[in-house]
Amino acid sequence: MNRKGRHSSKEEINRNLKDFKGHSLIPERDIEDPPILEITNLGIDFGGLTAVNDFNMALGRTEIAGLIGPNGAGKTTIFNLLTKVYQPTRGTFLLDGKDTKGMNTIKINRAGIARTFQNIRLFDKLTVEENVKVGLHHEINYSLLSGMFRTPAYRDGEKDAHEHALDLLSIFDMTHLADAPAGSLPYGAQRRLEIIRALATNPKVLLLDEPAAGMNPSETAELMETIQDIRDRFQIAILLIEHDMNLVMGICEAIAVLNYGQIIAKGTPSEIQSNSLVIEAYLGKQKEV
Amino acid sequence: MKKNLKNKLKNMTSYRKKSVLAYSIVILAFIIITIFDTLGFVTNSLYGQLVPICVYISLAVSLNLVVGISGELSLGHAGFMSIGAFAGVIASTVLQESVVVAMPRLFIAILVGGIIAGIAGVLIGIPVLRLRGDYLAIVTLAFGEIIRNVLNCIYIGMDEAGLRIATSAEKLGLDPINGKMILNGPMGATGIQKLATFTSGFILVLFTLFIVQNLINSKQGRAIMATRDNRIAAESIGLNVTNFKLTAFVTSAALAGMAGALFALNYSTVAPVKFNFNTSILILVFVVLGGMGNIVGSIISAAILTILPEALREFSDYRMLIYAIVLILVMLATNNLTFRAFIDKYIGKITRFLRPKKRNPDFPQKEEV
Ligand SMILES: Nc1ncnc2c1ncn2[C@@H]1O[C@H](COP(=O)(O)OP(=O)(O)OP(=O)(O)O)[C@@H](O)[C@H]1O
Ligand SMILES: [Mg+2]
Repeated sequence: MNRKGRHSSKEEINRNLKDFKGHSLIPERDIEDPPILEITNLGIDFGGLTAVNDFNMALGRTEIAGLIGPNGAGKTTIFNLLTKVYQPTRGTFLLDGKDTKGMNTIKINRAGIARTFQNIRLFDKLTVEENVKVGLHHEINYSLLSGMFRTPAYRDGEKDAHEHALDLLSIFDMTHLADAPAGSLPYGAQRRLEIIRALATNPKVLLLDEPAAGMNPSETAELMETIQDIRDRFQIAILLIEHDMNLVMGICEAIAVLNYGQIIAKGTPSEIQSNSLVIEAYLGKQKEV
Repeated sequence: MKKNLKNKLKNMTSYRKKSVLAYSIVILAFIIITIFDTLGFVTNSLYGQLVPICVYISLAVSLNLVVGISGELSLGHAGFMSIGAFAGVIASTVLQESVVVAMPRLFIAILVGGIIAGIAGVLIGIPVLRLRGDYLAIVTLAFGEIIRNVLNCIYIGMDEAGLRIATSAEKLGLDPINGKMILNGPMGATGIQKLATFTSGFILVLFTLFIVQNLINSKQGRAIMATRDNRIAAESIGLNVTNFKLTAFVTSAALAGMAGALFALNYSTVAPVKFNFNTSILILVFVVLGGMGNIVGSIISAAILTILPEALREFSDYRMLIYAIVLILVMLATNNLTFRAFIDKYIGKITRFLRPKKRNPDFPQKEEV
C-alpha cells in the first residue's frame, strides 16, 4: 500500500484544531467541509440510570479522534447509539449531513458507519477470507439464483470478491491466514480482522472499540501505524475508544473525555494531558500515564 | 493431467472440497447400486428402499440448511414434505391425460410440490423469522401438526366438472362413474400412479445437493452463516438478518416439498399420518447425527439409518433395540476426539462443524455488546 502519506512520528501529526459551532474541535484541513458526524445532545437512560447525557461532538471527514474515560463511563454505549444498537432517549446525530432518526443498525451501516466490538464478534466458523467477504456483501453483484445455479455472473462476482478480500487483508499482512477459521486466530489477529471486516463495508466513519486491548506493545505500535495508514488510504474518519494512552495520545488529533456519561473535557492530546479535571477523574487513577 | 487435478483440488476452498466429496459419494453409490442391480445382487427389500433413501437424503440435506447452516431449529420438515406430497399427487393425477409420458409428468409434479411447499415456507417464515430464540421450533412443530390435521379432513376429487374440494366424501358429490377420488381425508391419497424411479430419486438428490451447496458457496450463503455465528455483528455490517434466515428456510421448504412429491409418487396410497411429528424428528436425527452443517454427514446418516431398520428385520423383536444401540454408538463415535481426528485426516475436514468452538481461555467473552 501507499506509505507516502503516512505520519511516521507523533511530531508530524497536524494537531491544528479549529472550533466547530462552539462545541467541537475539528482538524484544520477538514473545517471547510461539513463534518461527517455531527452529534447533538445525544443521551440514553437505562431505567433510572443515565448512561450518556448531553453528548455533543463533531467529527471531521478525515479526522482520527479518541474517546476516553474510566470504566463504565459510557463510551461503548455511545458506539451503540451511533450504530443504533440502542435508540437514543434524547438527541440525534447527522451522518454526512443527513438525520439518522429512525434508522436501524443495518441502515446505519449502509449509510456509512462501521464498527468493531469491545468483545470481539467475528463469524467464528467462517474463514478469515469469508469474514471479509461477508463485509463485502453489498459490493458483490449477483442474485440469489445466479449463486444457486453458478452462472458466469456468480463466477465473476466471486473472483472480484476474492481479490478484493485479499487486498483488504494485506492491510494487516493477513493474506496468509485467509483460509484459517476466524475463531482459531490469536486475540490480536481477531481484532485486526474485525477492523478489516468493518472496512470492507466501505464506511465513511470507522468506530474502533478498544482496538489494542489484549495486544502486546509491538502489536500496538504496529496497529497505531496501520490506523493512520487506513485513514490516509481510504480518507475516512476514525473514532476510537482506547485505554492505552500511548495509542490515544500518539495518533488522535482531538480527544473527548467522558465521565459518568458526561463529557468533561475536549482538546488536543497535550491539552487533555494537562487538564486538571481529566487528571482528577481519569488519568490520575491510571498506571499508564 | 493428474497433477492438474491435484492442483485444482488443492486450490479449492474447504466448502468446495466438501461439495465435490458429496457429489462423488452420491454418484459412486448410484453407479454401484445400478451395477449390482443389473447383476441381480440387489434384494427385493433393498430395491423397495431405494426411492425412500433418496427422499430421506434430500430431506436431511435440506433440513441441514435450516438447522446447521442457518442455525434455526425447525421441527416441521415433515409438514413441508406432506404439502409437496399431496400437491404432487394432485398435479400428477390432473395431468394424467394431458401429459401421458411418465418422466415429464413426474418432473412437473415434483416442481409443483416444491413451489407449493415453498409458498407455505414464505407464509410461515415471514412472521416467525423476525422473532429470536425458540419461536421457530415451536411454530414449525405446530405447523406440522396443523397441516396433518387439516389434510385429515380434506377431500379432493376430479370428474368432468373439474377438481372438487370438500370437507367430507359426501359433500364432494363426485360423479360415481367417471369421478376419481384423489385425496380421501384420513385415508390420504389413493390409487396413485407410481411414477418414482431410483434414477429420478438420484437426480433429486443431485439437484438438492446442487442447490444447497451452491447456496452455501454464494454470498447469500455466507451471509446466512454469518447471521448464525453472530447476529449483532451481521447487522453491524449491513446484513438484513431476517431476509437471509428466510432465504434458507424457504429454500429448505421447497426442497422438502419436492422430496415429498417424489415420496408420494412411489406408493399407490399415502396417508397424512405418514407425515407426523415422528417423521420430522427422524429427519432431524439424520441431521444431528451427520453433524450440524455437514452435508456429507447428512447424506451418510440418512442413507444408513433408512436402511438399518429394514436390514435389522431378521432380529424381529430386538430390531428397535439394536437400532437404538447403533444410534448411541454413532453418537459416541462422532464425539470421540481420536475417531474424529482419524476421519479428519482421511476424508478432509468433514467434522469441522462437529467440534466444540475453540476459545481462548485467557479471554472469556462477555455476552454484552
Ligand atoms: N443495555 C444496558 N442496560 C443497562 N445498563 C447498561 C446497558 N449498557 C450499558 N449500561 C451501563 O451504562 C454504563 C456505561 O457502560 P459502557 O459499556 O458504555 O461503559 P464503557 O465506558 O464502555 O466502559 P469500559 O471501559 O469498561 O468498556 C455502565 O454503567 C453500564 O452498566
Ligand atoms: Mg466499553
